[in-house]
Amino acid sequence: MAKAAVTALLHPRLALRKRIGGAAYVAFVLAIFLGLAGLASLLVRVLWEGVPWLSWHFVTEYPSRFPEQAGMLSAIFGTLWIMGLTFLFTVPVGVGAAVYLEEYAPKNWLTRIIEVNISNLAGVPSIVYGLLGLAVFVQILSLGRTVLAGALTMSLLVMPIVIIASREAIRAVPSTYREASYGLGATKFQTVRDVVLPHATPGIMTGTILAMSRAIGEAAPMIAISALVFLTFVPTDPLDKFTVMPIQIFNWVSQPQAGFRGIAAAGIIILLGVLLTMNAVAIYIRNRTQKRSEE
Amino acid sequence: MTTATTAMTTPHATAAAPAAVSADTTLSVTNLDMHYGAFRALRGINLEVKRHAVTALIGPSGSGKSTLLRCFNRMNDLVPGARVEGQVLFNGEDIYHPSVDPTEVRLRVGMVFQKPNPFPKSVYDNVAFGLRINGFKGNMDDAVERSLRRAALWDEVKDRLKQSGLALSGGQQQRLCIARAVAVQPDVILMDEPASALDPISTLAIEELMRELCRDYTIVVVTHNMQQAARASDWTAFMTMGEDRAGHLVEVGSTQQIFTNPQDERTEGYITGRFG
Amino acid sequence: MARDGIARRTNRADAAMQLSRNRKRGALQGRLVHWLFFACAVMSIVTTFGIVASLLSQSLGFFREIPLWDFLFGTTWSPILRDAEGNRHYGVLPLVSGTVLVAALAAAVAVPAGLAIAIYLAEYAPDKIRRTIKPILEVLAGIPTVVYGYFALTFVTPMLQRIPLRPFQEDLLVFNALSAGLVMGLMIIPMVSSLSEDAMVAVPRSLRSAAYALGATRLEVSLRIVVPAALSGIVASFILAFSRAIGETMLVTLAAGATPRLTFNPIESIQAMTAFIVQLALGETPRGTLEYNTIFAVGLLLFAFTLGMNVLGQFLVRRFREEY
Repeated sequence: MAKAAVTALLHPRLALRKRIGGAAYVAFVLAIFLGLAGLASLLVRVLWEGVPWLSWHFVTEYPSRFPEQAGMLSAIFGTLWIMGLTFLFTVPVGVGAAVYLEEYAPKNWLTRIIEVNISNLAGVPSIVYGLLGLAVFVQILSLGRTVLAGALTMSLLVMPIVIIASREAIRAVPSTYREASYGLGATKFQTVRDVVLPHATPGIMTGTILAMSRAIGEAAPMIAISALVFLTFVPTDPLDKFTVMPIQIFNWVSQPQAGFRGIAAAGIIILLGVLLTMNAVAIYIRNRTQKRSEE
Repeated sequence: MTTATTAMTTPHATAAAPAAVSADTTLSVTNLDMHYGAFRALRGINLEVKRHAVTALIGPSGSGKSTLLRCFNRMNDLVPGARVEGQVLFNGEDIYHPSVDPTEVRLRVGMVFQKPNPFPKSVYDNVAFGLRINGFKGNMDDAVERSLRRAALWDEVKDRLKQSGLALSGGQQQRLCIARAVAVQPDVILMDEPASALDPISTLAIEELMRELCRDYTIVVVTHNMQQAARASDWTAFMTMGEDRAGHLVEVGSTQQIFTNPQDERTEGYITGRFG
Repeated sequence: MARDGIARRTNRADAAMQLSRNRKRGALQGRLVHWLFFACAVMSIVTTFGIVASLLSQSLGFFREIPLWDFLFGTTWSPILRDAEGNRHYGVLPLVSGTVLVAALAAAVAVPAGLAIAIYLAEYAPDKIRRTIKPILEVLAGIPTVVYGYFALTFVTPMLQRIPLRPFQEDLLVFNALSAGLVMGLMIIPMVSSLSEDAMVAVPRSLRSAAYALGATRLEVSLRIVVPAALSGIVASFILAFSRAIGETMLVTLAAGATPRLTFNPIESIQAMTAFIVQLALGETPRGTLEYNTIFAVGLLLFAFTLGMNVLGQFLVRRFREEY
């Protein structure tokens, strides 16, 4: 068949295809706006309902049966306790595991299993961690429904995030640094401690902050450990009972009186404020180190 | 016959009517400047590409050969910040005229890339892709077979048309890409160093294919390999990079003339291997 | 002079001995550190083992009383309340249907929207817009789910009830699968969009160039070349997001209700598996009772569901990485 014949059989219909392309483009942009509008209406809703209820005594008072008098002091301190202990447990173990997998681990079946296992753990529903904590920490280890049991549970929950982020940070340290260190006669441990970890610190910190911001908002596993909502004291000991901000908010949302919706929104404002600040810090650290490594 | 003036003697008069272009010219470039953002990549290109012949663009790295090639099918439009000034006439029509759709240009001006880039689809679907998106109403099987025959690949793949194009050898993949470009029957086929990623035997096969295809198509080929230009092309254009790092055209002529009797000493220097 | 020489020699010998002692101590320390790091890594295996062991052991008591078959295929779930004849029912299908219903609604929102966003970000958006939009969308993924529950219950449901159409205006309950599903869809959009975008960005530029050079429009390049080439990664993003939706807890607890019901009608109130676990956990159920064991049986099923999907999703992601 001659060339002209093929050309005659083509019906490119460009105008139509362009129009379809344009319509699809509009649809794609609309999808973005759907996401942004969802986020915006959520934030506006929370602020609208919550701001009138924000007050100094909201953060200095204990929960109450009356929304006007209720505060989230015990929940704030419970969250602080959980976050602090979780940080203490997660960072050494998580970074240790990351160092092992990046610097020490031989390429064998056990390493493969550990790696696959970590990515699967990251996808386990948080309520399942709650059940693990309930069975192991609360019951078998007899820690009871305490801050310690909660923090241990939360540590296991966010561990995969810290490990995965730390591995990426460690992997990003140029191998020339390691070689230089070995060239000076340093041992593997000295190299890891004095060269690799200092350079990986910003990345590890970013990952840790993101892990903590995940932990601060988790309600489900904490409900399995401690479902307390009317706690009228501040935990002073890891073996004290506790409640956390998301549980408190959950409880307020489920109350029928409209007033509790308002203080729930006020609690959400505080929670989101802390969260967004943490995220902003993480992004700031990441951008700063990116800039530095580009220089 | 020299088919283009050199960059030094830029005739402003050529910005005139398409009627001035002779019938044996497929592409006619006048005063072409090309910018990537603030960087000028090409300066003052004037060139005529002859119909049903192979034109080779040669020159050192960074001389803008590939950039120029991509001006012919408006592939540079896809690069953010790319800007073209001047005129490129394709069969007498200005392809950069605001009313012209780059998609339409690319249908008429096909392209084969440096590294073979078959789609991760079957051999058949690779060849049929261009026809399908352009609403081909004929017999698809025949069209695919004809294109694969044109690319001298049919006998090797006729029993595995349903297999992935990625399963072929490098040389076969490149011929598949040629078949894919040929399928929509463009007027021009642009080839950007089509053999640079291939072994010598596959390279020869591609060169033979170029000689064969130029009976029906206008071919413009960018090459680093001077033997290849000498063996496979009818016309040769030599480009170089100026002090301002912009690529420009030094000399154009029949391949015979450029390789035996270059007019510019820079061309001579490059061809005899003294620089570049 | 002679004494000097001896002293110098002794010094050097001392130093050598010191070095070798250091080296020995270093080797010991190195081994110790190695094992310590190894122990950290093994913690993850211990965690998985702990999850499986605690779920299995605690639900053992449940399965001793309730046959596995009745649990998996029974169509009535009423483990606390007795029916008229005084019987309790342990058929988990109503919880499963509730979970799947909400997750399917979420997928109906997040799959098209997430894929459209991914195509826009990977194929259309200029760099500057991409860098602005991506972090904003990521915020959606970082908002605690209890906040989404609040949003669904106090904003989306009342909005839906205001739609002047029959099923919404009159029959939509305060707790319903629809608003939980829609809001969960919003929540998992960034999961779909960012994983899909990663997959699309990994498709080599050269394939796009080839398609453009054949006269394809941007949409054709996206849909006929890039999306098929990235398909395993894109499908993986759907699966992982779906798994996330199935394991999601607070949102369904707050907004979807606590009435286990074998239905696929989105305007009804249902109960999800996770919501049931929370319901019982809130009640401080004593250890060793059948109720207590029930939450572990449901947890085991939930874990098996999500694990299966995650393994499949990870497998697809890995296969996709090998392709490019």
